[in-house]
Amino acid sequence: MTNSDGLQLKRSNTSPPARSLRSSLIALAEPWIYLSPTLILIALVMLVPLIIGISYSFQAISLLNPFESGWIGLEHYRNLQDDAKFWKSLKNTAYWTIASVFLQFFLGLGLALLLNHGFHGRRLVQALVFLPWAVPTFLSALIWAWLFNPIIGPLPHWMAAMGILSEPYNILSDPDTALWGPIIANVWFGIPFFAITLLAALQSIPRDLYEAAAIDGASSWQCFVKITLPFLAPMIMITVMLRAIWVANFADLIFVMTGGGPANSTQILSTYIFTTAFRKLDFGYASAIAVVLLILLLMYAAVLLRMRQSLKLVEQ
Amino acid sequence: MKSILTTGRYLAVLCYVLFALFPLYWLLKIAITPEKLIYTQGTALWPSTLTFENFRQVLFYSDFLVYFRNSVYVSLGTAAITTVIAAAAGYAFSRFQFRGKTIVVILLLITQMFPLLMIIAPIYKIIAGLGLLNTLTSLIVVYTAFNIPFATFLMQSFFDGIPKDLDEAAMMDGCTRLQALRKVILPLTLPGLAATLGFIFTAAWSELLFALMLINSNASMTFPVGLLTFVSKFSVDWGQMMAAGVLALVPSCLFFIFIQRYLVKGLTAGAVKG
Repeated sequence: MTNSDGLQLKRSNTSPPARSLRSSLIALAEPWIYLSPTLILIALVMLVPLIIGISYSFQAISLLNPFESGWIGLEHYRNLQDDAKFWKSLKNTAYWTIASVFLQFFLGLGLALLLNHGFHGRRLVQALVFLPWAVPTFLSALIWAWLFNPIIGPLPHWMAAMGILSEPYNILSDPDTALWGPIIANVWFGIPFFAITLLAALQSIPRDLYEAAAIDGASSWQCFVKITLPFLAPMIMITVMLRAIWVANFADLIFVMTGGGPANSTQILSTYIFTTAFRKLDFGYASAIAVVLLILLLMYAAVLLRMRQSLKLVEQ
Repeated sequence: MKSILTTGRYLAVLCYVLFALFPLYWLLKIAITPEKLIYTQGTALWPSTLTFENFRQVLFYSDFLVYFRNSVYVSLGTAAITTVIAAAAGYAFSRFQFRGKTIVVILLLITQMFPLLMIIAPIYKIIAGLGLLNTLTSLIVVYTAFNIPFATFLMQSFFDGIPKDLDEAAMMDGCTRLQALRKVILPLTLPGLAATLGFIFTAAWSELLFALMLINSNASMTFPVGLLTFVSKFSVDWGQMMAAGVLALVPSCLFFIFIQRYLVKGLTAGAVKG
C-alpha cells in the first residue's frame, strides 16, 4: 500500500517513469562517458601491446631473421638462464636502483629540511635547485657525459687533483667505475623530486607541535626525531618504494651516457631490453627480458603491499 | 653557536645551488667557447673569448630547426590532447561515485608502474603495420596514452580543490551539468589545466627511447633523436652539440618557470612521475 502510494506521489511530482528510467541510465553511464577516451586509449596503446609483448616472449621474432619466426615455447627463458649479460644486468639493476634512490632520498630530504626553514631568498633558491627536474633527461645524460669527458669536462681533472683518480681519465670508460656516472646524473636529476614531495609533507606538519616541544625545552634534534620523522614516515615509505620502481625502469640516462658499456658494466635490465629491441631488432628475446623485469617488479610490489598492511596493523 | 648553525645552513644551501646549476653553466660555457679554444681551454672555468658562432651554425646550417619544429608540434599536440582527455576523466573521478571506480583507479596506477619499454616491440610492430612509422602522429598517440594516467590524477586533484557546492548550486539554479561545467568549474580550473599542459609538454619534450624506435627519417626526428644522431655523427663538434643542447633546454625552462608553483601539487598527485 505505502509503496504504491509513494510511487504515485513520485510520479505526480516529477516525470513519467519511462523518462526517469532513461535519465537514471544516463546518470549511471555519465562517468563512463567521460572516462571512455582514457580507457580506450590505454587499452589500445598499453594493454593490447602488453598482451602482444608477453606473447612475443614465446616466439622467435626478429626483424633481422624474418623467415625464422614462430612459436618456440620457453626457449628464450631457457637462454636467459645461461645469459651472463642478463645476470650482470640484474645485479646492476639492483645496484643502480639502490644507490640512486638512497642518494636521491637523503640529499632530497636535506634540501627539503633546508627549504622548510625559511631564509632570505628562499623562493629564488627553490626555483634554482628544482631546475634540474625540468632538464630533459636525454640532455641531462649528455651534459653529464660531457662533464666526465677529460677533454671538455672539468670533473676528471678535479677528481685527479683530489686524489680520487690517479690521472684525469673518463670514469665512463672504466668498467669498474662506469655505473657511477649515470648514478650521479640520476641523483642530480632526482633530488628535486624528493625535495618537492618531502617539502609538501613537511609543510603539512602542524606548527603548534613544534611550539609545544619548544616550550618543553626540546632540542631541534629531538624535535626532528620525535615529531618530524614520525610524521614523514608513511610518506617516505610510499615515495621511496614507488620511486625505486620508476628508477629501475629508467633507461634513458644509461643508454645515452654509456649505451650499457663498457663490457656491459652499466647494463641494467631496461637498457638491455631496449638495446636488444632497438639495436639487434630481436623482439622475442627483448620481450622475454621484459616479462622477467615485470615479474620482478610485481613481486616487489606484492612485498610492498604486505609491508604496508603490517605497518597499518602496527599503527592500529 | 646559533650563528655557526645559520652559517652552516647557508653553506649547505649554497652547495645545493652550485650542484644544481654547475652542469647547466658548463653546457652554456662550452656553447660559447670558440672552437679553436676548446682543446686548450676546454676545462677552464671561463674562456678567454666568447662566440655565438656555434649557435649560428646550429640554427642556420643544420637540421635543428626542423627537429625543433617537430618537437614543438609533438609536445604541444600531446599536451593539448592529453589535457582534454584527462580533464574529462579527472572530472569523472572527482564528481561521481560509481561502481568500478576503484578498479579504474588501480588500472591507471598500474600503468604508471609497469616498464613501458616492455611494449616497445609490439608498439613498433603495430605502428609499422598501420604504416605510421616516421610520422609525428604516431608519437602523439603513444605519448598521449603514456601521460594520461598522471594527468588524470593531477586534474582530479584540481577538481577536488573546487567545492562541490558550487556546481550543485549552479545546477539547482537550472543549469545543466554541462552548463555548470562550462560557466562555473572551467574558469576555476584554468590554472590547473595550464599546469597539466606544462607537465605533459615537458614530459613529451624529453621522451627519447620510443622516438628513437619509431622515427628514423631525418625530416620527422624530434629534438632528442636529432641531437643524439648529431652527437654520434659529429662527436668532435663540442661547441655545436652544446649550443644545440642549450636550445633544447629553452622550452623546458620556460615551461618550468610557468609551472613552478604547481610542482608540489603535481608531483604529489603523480607520486611516481619523474
